Amino acid sequence: MTAEIGHFALVLALFVAVAQASLPLIGAHRGDPGWMALAKPTAILQFALVAVAFACLTHVFVTSDFSVVNVVSNSHTDKPLLYKISGVWGNHEGSLLLWVLILAIFGAAVAVFGANLPPALKARVLSIQAMIAVGFYLFMLLTSNPFDRIFPPPLNGRGLNPLLQDPGLAIHPPMLYLGYVGFSMAFSFAIAALIEGRVDAAWARWVRPWTLAAWCFLTGGIALGSWWAYYELGWGGWWFWDPVENASFMPWLAGTALLHSSTVVEKRDTLKGWTILLAIITFSLSLLGTFLVRSGVLTSVHAFATDPTRGVFILALLVIVIGGSLALFAWRGPKLVSTGLFQPVSREGGLLFNNLVMATACAAVLLGTLYPLLLDAPGGGKVSVGPPFFNTVLIPLMIPMIAAMAVGPFLSWKRSDLMPALRRLRIALVLTIVAAIVTYAVHGDEPVLGVVALAMAVWLGTGVLTELAERIRLFRSPLSESFRRLGRLPRASWGMTIGHLGLAITIAGMAGAGAWKVESIQVMKPGDKVTVGGYEYRFTGAKAGKGPNYKFVGGQFTVSRHGREITKLTSEKRVYNVSQQPTTEAGIHTTWRGDLYAVIGDAEGSGGAFVTRLYFNPLVVWIWAGTLIMVFAGALSLTDRRHRVGAPHRKSSAVSLPGAQEA
Amino acid sequence: MNKRLMFTLPLMVFLILAGYFAVGLTKDPKKLPNMLKGKPVPDFALKPIKGRDDKGFASTDLKGETSLVNIFGSWCVACQIEHPFLMKLKAEGAVPIHGIDWREEDPDAGPDWLNKHGDPYALVGDDPRSKAAIAFGVTGAPETFVVDGDGVVRFKYVGPLNADIWRDVIEPVLRQIKPPGAS
Repeated sequence: MTAEIGHFALVLALFVAVAQASLPLIGAHRGDPGWMALAKPTAILQFALVAVAFACLTHVFVTSDFSVVNVVSNSHTDKPLLYKISGVWGNHEGSLLLWVLILAIFGAAVAVFGANLPPALKARVLSIQAMIAVGFYLFMLLTSNPFDRIFPPPLNGRGLNPLLQDPGLAIHPPMLYLGYVGFSMAFSFAIAALIEGRVDAAWARWVRPWTLAAWCFLTGGIALGSWWAYYELGWGGWWFWDPVENASFMPWLAGTALLHSSTVVEKRDTLKGWTILLAIITFSLSLLGTFLVRSGVLTSVHAFATDPTRGVFILALLVIVIGGSLALFAWRGPKLVSTGLFQPVSREGGLLFNNLVMATACAAVLLGTLYPLLLDAPGGGKVSVGPPFFNTVLIPLMIPMIAAMAVGPFLSWKRSDLMPALRRLRIALVLTIVAAIVTYAVHGDEPVLGVVALAMAVWLGTGVLTELAERIRLFRSPLSESFRRLGRLPRASWGMTIGHLGLAITIAGMAGAGAWKVESIQVMKPGDKVTVGGYEYRFTGAKAGKGPNYKFVGGQFTVSRHGREITKLTSEKRVYNVSQQPTTEAGIHTTWRGDLYAVIGDAEGSGGAFVTRLYFNPLVVWIWAGTLIMVFAGALSLTDRRHRVGAPHRKSSAVSLPGAQEA
Repeated sequence: MNKRLMFTLPLMVFLILAGYFAVGLTKDPKKLPNMLKGKPVPDFALKPIKGRDDKGFASTDLKGETSLVNIFGSWCVACQIEHPFLMKLKAEGAVPIHGIDWREEDPDAGPDWLNKHGDPYALVGDDPRSKAAIAFGVTGAPETFVVDGDGVVRFKYVGPLNADIWRDVIEPVLRQIKPPGAS
């Protein structure tokens, strides 16, 4: 019964979304306030209906209703409650339901909190949101119904992929989806602006909180996924350039560019067409991410569903959404007039440089991810593009960008000079050179890229701090004056400072873990000792045991340095009862200097000997500490006063415009 | 560059990509991977079920002619759903069907079930201890293997067969298999 209620709610949500997609849009075109006002109740009703559907699906999972196909394929009575719940979105159909639920949450949020938006803009934005929703409802109801029944119902389910039974991964997809789907807001605002034919400071300010929120969630989601891969896959790596990872990284690059270019629109009334295009591209890449993972066009370790019919449907959806919006952009975009002019060396110029690098990096990742497909389509055979491609292309792009990142905030709007900015950064430059020399002295020039990357991190970090010191006139005016200025800094500028600092920390982590990781694979008998990265790992033996729905072999290691015991590590190799799929749980001890990381492999012979993999990952935790700081910075910026007090009023009210005739 | 052209460029790039996607979709038929596919059937020799006084069913019986090996059990509800279709296949005589009676606790249960619903199988082996089923990598019943005349597993289908699946999935596999001896 619950499944039928959920199914019915989903069908109703489709009809409500159709109404929401059409009536307010027509109302905005005709200037009819009554029809425009329909946007709010329909958005809220649509959200309520999807919420019911989602609750129903959660209910059938929690109660293990094995007459529902989805539950049979992805759940099992032995599974702990947390994973019964995360099983709801740990599969193709359920993750789509989560997708539309989040879409509806964002829509309802605009309906409720968007009181300061002009009614016509609000109506259009919500209609466009609903159009996206209609596409997804149809996709679910026609090809991927999460509530399909099975007859005869089996006695038990097939269980969730054991790799996905992990607390980090239970919340990773919702975070990532909040990011992906959050960019739909920027998209809807961009399409509405194209229809209205106007983009101005007020528009930029309205979109910003949504873009910022989406960016924070996406950043957090990517970090969580990378952290999960680090401790669960047991390879000691944290990023694999896997198509699914790239699918989340591309919208991040485009979204980061969007975040920066929209400030130019807000402050200087220029780069309008480009910003609109970025908003479309960012959301398109989010959709593409869904497509890449789900369609079977590209396969990867964590692809959930592969089915050509679904693929054709998603492709059609993509062509309509992306092709349609880009066509609209081609038609209406040239009419957006920018008024602000600027010199190449200026704040705008710096942000534009950031945008170009981000866009190029994004295009490179897209190319690398799709290359196997592009080559295969005309019959070129199957190939895969590995990390070497991405590293070779992205690192040379990122080095000049980070170099510029420290300088950019010193430049003034419109027109600026490079030399004074560089002069103010001379202390940062000295510190950077010192850092490079010290690193070189410790590690030698192997690999030289590690030295460069670490130096770049120091350059960015010190550059950001120098800028903050300049801003509060530290050491130039009395300390009390500096503190007073510090207290009066707007939160948005704190956001920038802290966010850039977070990136510096992340880069330092990447440099350390990428360049000086130490790895050792061997067979160890109990009592054997191996030294890795200056730490002595002693294997004290392994014993077997049982978890709630798996059996495991747990290996114990004692790690010491200079004869002093530092920690004991336990690594488990698990085999899940239902699927018989093995997983590894790495034993990890985290310090600021680096992670001690031990993994137990297969038994070798009968003498209690095991294959073991031992790692020292220098600075690796800095990667996630830095991303966490970036997320915090984004959230801080979100609380900036200008988002709370509402946007300035437009010169003329958009309500009175009959459709888009002003453009 | 012409301004209008610049604004149209993203659309053109996207359409080219979409074209590639469309081609990519047609090129990627995903089938259930099967470890045994393309390999000889595992060795097994099963005793006959009660009431059938033939020699039982062994891997050597699969040489010479394309055949189906169907895993079933009297306890399996989905097998009962599949059963009438197997009877129809037998009546058409398209391809011999052999059965593995899997995991019967009561030695009479399998024969009783076949007496009641009809017996579509040329040969039937009794596999109460899952010896053959484990060798075949069976994940559940019913499951059907297509084995060619050289005794090589060509396809595995999980779940009950029906007319649609026969036409869309199994028949194309059978058509690909050349008769033994033909070049």
